[in-house]
Amino acid sequence: MLRFVVGKIVMAALVALTVSIISFSLLHLSGDPAVAMAGENANDAAIQAIRETYGFDRPLIVQYGDWLFSALRGDFGESYYFRMPVTQIIADRLQITMLLGLLSITFALVLSIPLGVAAALRPNSLVDRAALFVSVVGQAIPSFWFGLILIVVFAIDLRLLPASGAKSWTGFVLPTIVLGYYATPAIMRLTRTGMLDVLSADYVRTARAKGLPARKVIFKHALRNAIIPVVSLAAVQMGFMLGGSVVVESVFALHGAGYLAWESISRNDLPTMQALVLIFSMFYIAFTVLADILNAWLDPRLRVA
Amino acid sequence: MLDPSPILSIRDLSVALPEGGDRPHAVTGLSIDVRPREIVCIVGESGSGKSVTAFATMGLLPKALRPTGGEIRVDGRDLLSISAKDHAAMRGRTLAMVFQEPMSALNPCYTVGEQIEEVFAAHTAMSRAERRQRTLALMEEVKLPDPQRIHRSYPHQLSGGQRQRIVIAIALALDPRLLIADEPTTALDVTTQAQILALFRQLREKHDAGILFVTHDFDVVAEIADRVVVMQKGRIVEEGSVDAVLNRPEHPYTRHLISAVPRRHPQARDTAPATPVALRVEGLEKSFQTPGTMFRPGTPIRALAPASFSVGENETLGIVGESGSGKSTLVRWLVRLIEPSAGKVEIGGVDVAGLDRRAFRPYRKDIQIIFQDPYGSLNPRRTVGDQLIEGPVNFGVSPKAAMERARELMRIVRMDEDAVERYPVQFSGGQRQRICIARALAVEPKILIADEAVSALDVSVQKEVLKLNDVKTRLGLTLLFITHDLRVAGEVCDNVMVMEKGEIVETGSVVEVFGHPRHPYTRSLLDAMPGKGWDVPDLGAIAEQELS
Repeated sequence: MLRFVVGKIVMAALVALTVSIISFSLLHLSGDPAVAMAGENANDAAIQAIRETYGFDRPLIVQYGDWLFSALRGDFGESYYFRMPVTQIIADRLQITMLLGLLSITFALVLSIPLGVAAALRPNSLVDRAALFVSVVGQAIPSFWFGLILIVVFAIDLRLLPASGAKSWTGFVLPTIVLGYYATPAIMRLTRTGMLDVLSADYVRTARAKGLPARKVIFKHALRNAIIPVVSLAAVQMGFMLGGSVVVESVFALHGAGYLAWESISRNDLPTMQALVLIFSMFYIAFTVLADILNAWLDPRLRVA
Repeated sequence: MLDPSPILSIRDLSVALPEGGDRPHAVTGLSIDVRPREIVCIVGESGSGKSVTAFATMGLLPKALRPTGGEIRVDGRDLLSISAKDHAAMRGRTLAMVFQEPMSALNPCYTVGEQIEEVFAAHTAMSRAERRQRTLALMEEVKLPDPQRIHRSYPHQLSGGQRQRIVIAIALALDPRLLIADEPTTALDVTTQAQILALFRQLREKHDAGILFVTHDFDVVAEIADRVVVMQKGRIVEEGSVDAVLNRPEHPYTRHLISAVPRRHPQARDTAPATPVALRVEGLEKSFQTPGTMFRPGTPIRALAPASFSVGENETLGIVGESGSGKSTLVRWLVRLIEPSAGKVEIGGVDVAGLDRRAFRPYRKDIQIIFQDPYGSLNPRRTVGDQLIEGPVNFGVSPKAAMERARELMRIVRMDEDAVERYPVQFSGGQRQRICIARALAVEPKILIADEAVSALDVSVQKEVLKLNDVKTRLGLTLLFITHDLRVAGEVCDNVMVMEKGEIVETGSVVEVFGHPRHPYTRSLLDAMPGKGWDVPDLGAIAEQELS
């Protein structure tokens, strides 16, 4: 198991290095960065000055090494737009996004796994139909619209929860529901299919033949096997929630990292974009590694380095 | 029997099939008694209702099937009228079951030790240390090597035979009164099967349990049964002591089944006249490389030691051996489904081993293969005819002529010509296997390879398929017949080749090899065959006696 974990981490580090190269080249793929920074009406001398100030005249490999080592120290340079260190801007925003992401994935898992199990235990029953309804609705409603409806009902009509802002925990309730609900259908359907499959497996029959109580058969023997693909899916969803929560963040005016990414794209703020791409990718990689390790813990057959 | 009161007593059991089945009941009006220290075998072909009976007793029937009448009494309680919870409490303690498929019967996520201990945890108040100690003792009893190590192994780290021993240990954990075994040795090699059957016999002595043993194999019945129940289409057609049923069967169906069992001693036959060599193999070798990692190269595993043999035109060569003996590697190699490591293969005098894929293509026609699983080897979405003409059309025959030939082939394998217009699902396993044979014959091969081609079939169906052997003679084919079933090999082959661990250990005529085996491995294989004391009785003589 230890060898497996070390192997996975080594692989992840290699992936991270590749991503950092891609993320670095963003700056150069989008044209000459000095021209972009100087603005539309700059003369050649001004552009040349920028080139020298920011070191764009050095060889690419040197620039990359410089950028990578700064990034490793937590220094992503200065934002073109805010004129302050990128790290400082991202730090605040990232907290909000991470909190929202964690809450949402928890909400999604707590809602969809029990529902998926219940649906699989009685296929085509009322519970199964209800679960199917919940997931079809979740799939069909766009999150911005669902968010607005929740705001109208809970913030404007009932005045129970704030419509926007991240000043207290109450501000996170509605966004968590919207973002979490978005991930629910896939996780629930996968749990249901997995459970249906596993419940007809020979080893579940063996477990029943041992005279184990139904609870043990379902949760100990069936769910552990059925949950393995769900873990991988949840990791991907979690990564998505960090980077792709732009819509939800703007509806609820939560200024998180997703929102920041969208802002920096529209402002051509390259250092911020670079930093965000790198950070989001690192999260993705970390979640995937965690999911792999968790799966290997669940199923010993996966512990092959 | 010393103890006359039965442990299990089934009376008038009926189990309904869902609507649209081939009959209204899976089992109907069934009554069976099993006494302590008695092994009762239920025999019958697939679909006869033998497994349904076993599962109904365990309360493990699939949801679509439910008992509609009768009673199943164990220790005086009717299992059909107690609650699901009470039934569950009896499972593992009073009733226990061993399943057919040891490869999938254990949960891949837990150690096998944990899976045995669970039985103690569910039914007793034993301490952790006590559970562990009992588990290790059980492993010892079912003759697992090194219990300490096995205890912390996961199922995928054990062999099929070892897994089946774990399943048996689970069943025996709490000394059940009744042990139900559903084809427990069907998926195992013959030597492993012999060990497991011996284990069952010892268990009966030691544990006083009654054993209900479901099987389709009459050799296994001869080996372990005290009493036999023969089932056909959900009903019992004959019942009696093992001697009576196997040696003096009364019901026509029982006679039909027993007569289909291949004879134990191959009859001396005219030695086939030496014919020109159709296939010659020299120094054939194959090793695989285990996948290495970035830091460590893979290790080579030898699947096949250099093998040399030749087969004459019109000869049937049997290749026998247990799983992992290299039989399949050998034939997959011959049809180039895998690439050789070294060696020479001559078809009609031409060495084809060195040819690249393109140059080999014309020779593909000459050598055809039939696989074990007739269900998986036909495309369900295309008609039989389409699949039969595919090969010839690829080799340049016009579709019309190929279809004519397909109809003729259907006749040759004794099926209706119109079968070409139907889809595979409309046929039974035996019929599908005949279609597969027809498909292989469609390109007019010189050499036909049958890879366990009848192993998945019931004996009577198997016999029908084996009858096609004379087709071979008519078409002048060379047949390579791969099987793990020595009886079948004895029935159809001229010569046999015994393989062990990737090596050919003995070759010779059937009479020679089976009658006077020279290699210890061949002897151990023959020794392991179940039901040694029994051979198919002369049913013709019995019928005559009855008439007089």
